[in-house]
Amino acid sequence: MQIFRKGADTTARVLLVLGALTPLAGVGFAYAFHRASYTTGDARTPRQPVPFSHAHHVGGLGLDCRYCHTSVEKSRFAGMPPTETCMTCHSQIWTNAAMLAPVRESLARDEPLRWTRVYDLPGYVYFDHSSHVNNGVGCTTCHGRIDRMPLTRQAAPLTMAWCIDCHRDPTKALRPKNAIFDLGWTPPKDQDEQGARLAVRYHIRLRHLTDCSTCHR
Amino acid sequence: MRRTRLRTTPPLVGLAVATLLLAGCSGSMVDQKRYRTFEKAALWRDHSEARQLPDGTVAQSDRDRTAAIETPPPVDAALLARGQERYAIYCAPCHGLGGDGDGMIVQRGFPKPPSYHTKRLRAAPARHVFDVITNGYGVMYSYAARVPPRDRWAIVAYVRALQMSRNAQVADLPNAREKLP
Ligand code: HEC
Ligand code: HEC
Ligand code: HEC
Ligand code: HEC
Ligand code: HEC
Ligand code: HEC
Repeated sequence: MQIFRKGADTTARVLLVLGALTPLAGVGFAYAFHRASYTTGDARTPRQPVPFSHAHHVGGLGLDCRYCHTSVEKSRFAGMPPTETCMTCHSQIWTNAAMLAPVRESLARDEPLRWTRVYDLPGYVYFDHSSHVNNGVGCTTCHGRIDRMPLTRQAAPLTMAWCIDCHRDPTKALRPKNAIFDLGWTPPKDQDEQGARLAVRYHIRLRHLTDCSTCHR
Repeated sequence: MRRTRLRTTPPLVGLAVATLLLAGCSGSMVDQKRYRTFEKAALWRDHSEARQLPDGTVAQSDRDRTAAIETPPPVDAALLARGQERYAIYCAPCHGLGGDGDGMIVQRGFPKPPSYHTKRLRAAPARHVFDVITNGYGVMYSYAARVPPRDRWAIVAYVRALQMSRNAQVADLPNAREKLP
């Protein structure tokens, strides 16, 4: 007596193989999903209460980052400009622009503007601007060509792999002190040599840069 | 046939779904129950994480700060270099790199500040420039929050250097006469 159909053996084998592959594919998909810009927020442009443009203020007017992000060389936090900083100019120019109404309201009500975070690390990660800016890593290495962004866009994935990639070998990104705020900086042809020399000058200790406790403390 | 599929498929589907769900895991460690710098804070009436000092607080560094305001640091090459850098960040947008009052923001319609190369400002004491940075002047806002006292003196020294660059007497420069053709 025939209980199974003729192809049953083949079907069972195919199903077994598929059964073995599904979790692998699942892991693969999950990994791809984890790394995709959709998840990491790379290239995300959040909405802001005022359509502030770095392209106009930095690219067009040539303002230095530190005019607004005052504490970037001194502390962990780069610092966000208080409304008063906008008013150093906008008390006299573009005073009636509708676009700037929230800025004037913020000043009148003495309440800070609520910018939406663009770069946002999870709470369990420790990051410090001053350690980077004073040790040869420039703004554009992590924030991209912000002087060309009409609205601020996230220009790096901010995954652990991204940080570690540089922490294993920062020499490829190191710049001389006077080029940290230079938006057009590109690595010179002999960056390998220059970077190695700069790493010595900045006293960068490679060994401890990949310790878990450097970023998770 | 039917029995084979029934036995293997459901656990596999379950496993696949569980794997996918894991990817979306984001425990409370991502958003920890603490206020980050400048975060909105419901706890206080002004909804600001950054707390104001209570009235009458005396900071440990207050005496150093007062001293830094009262006594200018000695002028050397390092102080001038610092002044040049800080001037380019905070003053040049309006006063221009040369101090003529023709910076980029003025070109876009901001009221034109006086040139540093006028008799009045050349004769003004260094303390006047320091006070303008600290308190503002007319339509110019105060830069005290962004420029600490030592940097203010560095900027003052650089402004003096700018003024000198256009109004130096040959007699003021040591050995300059011999070097001129
Ligand atoms: C005129 C003031 C001003 C200047 C100058 C300026 N910024 Fe900004 N920056 C802002 C404001 C306001 C925001 C918040 C709105 C936004 O995200 O676009 C911001 C946001 C940012 C952010 C995103 C912060 C977040 O939410 O994660 C980065 C990164 C940044 N600026 C980098 C720079 C760099 C680099 C420079 C110098 C090349 C610079 N900025 C110069 C005012 C300024
Ligand atoms: C150093 C002077 C200066 C400061 C500080 C400044 N702005 Fe401006 N802003 C300008 C000028 C000049 C323009 C006109 C732009 C142009 O002519 O290209 C402008 C234009 C704008 C506009 C109009 C749209 C655009 O981008 O052209 C907005 C919105 C704006 N600023 C927001 C802000 C906010 C918010 C701040 C505070 C974080 C700020 N600005 C700080 C000088 C300044
Ligand atoms: C090594 C990479 C790196 C460099 C270099 C860097 N940043 Fe950032 N920046 C970040 C990261 C990561 C965050 C998000 C921090 C967080 O979520 O705690 C950030 C956040 C910011 C913010 C938002 C406020 C804050 O501090 O969280 C501003 C403004 C900013 N950066 C400006 C700058 C400027 C200006 C420079 C150059 C002087 C610079 N950054 C250089 C990686 C970098
Ligand atoms: C382009 C290169 C680069 C990238 C990207 C980068 N770093 Fe760094 N980081 C450095 C360098 C260089 C130093 C300085 C090392 C030193 O002083 O010995 C540093 C130092 C640090 C320090 C201070 C270490 C200490 O003990 O002083 C922390 C914390 C840190 N990085 C966290 C991060 C995190 C978190 C990220 C990702 C969000 C990141 N970094 C991305 C290059 C980088
Ligand atoms: C250079 C900085 C840096 C170092 C060193 C580092 N991490 Fe991370 N780690 C990060 C960042 C940034 C994230 C957040 C990634 C994200 O949000 O996608 C992270 C996330 C994680 C997570 C959560 C992963 C997830 O996807 O939810 C774990 C677990 C972790 N790190 C463990 C470690 C261990 C273990 C070490 C030491 C071997 C280590 N980290 C060293 C920067 C670092
Ligand atoms: C946003 C534009 C702007 C910036 C930035 C600015 N100033 Fe001014 N400044 C002015 C204007 C406008 C005046 C004229 C004010 C008036 O007469 O109402 C002025 C006046 C002055 C005067 C002359 C005061 C007098 O006695 O006539 C000095 C000195 C001065 N500024 C120094 C500085 C220094 C130093 C900085 C940098 C820390 C600076 N300013 C940044 C716009 C600016």
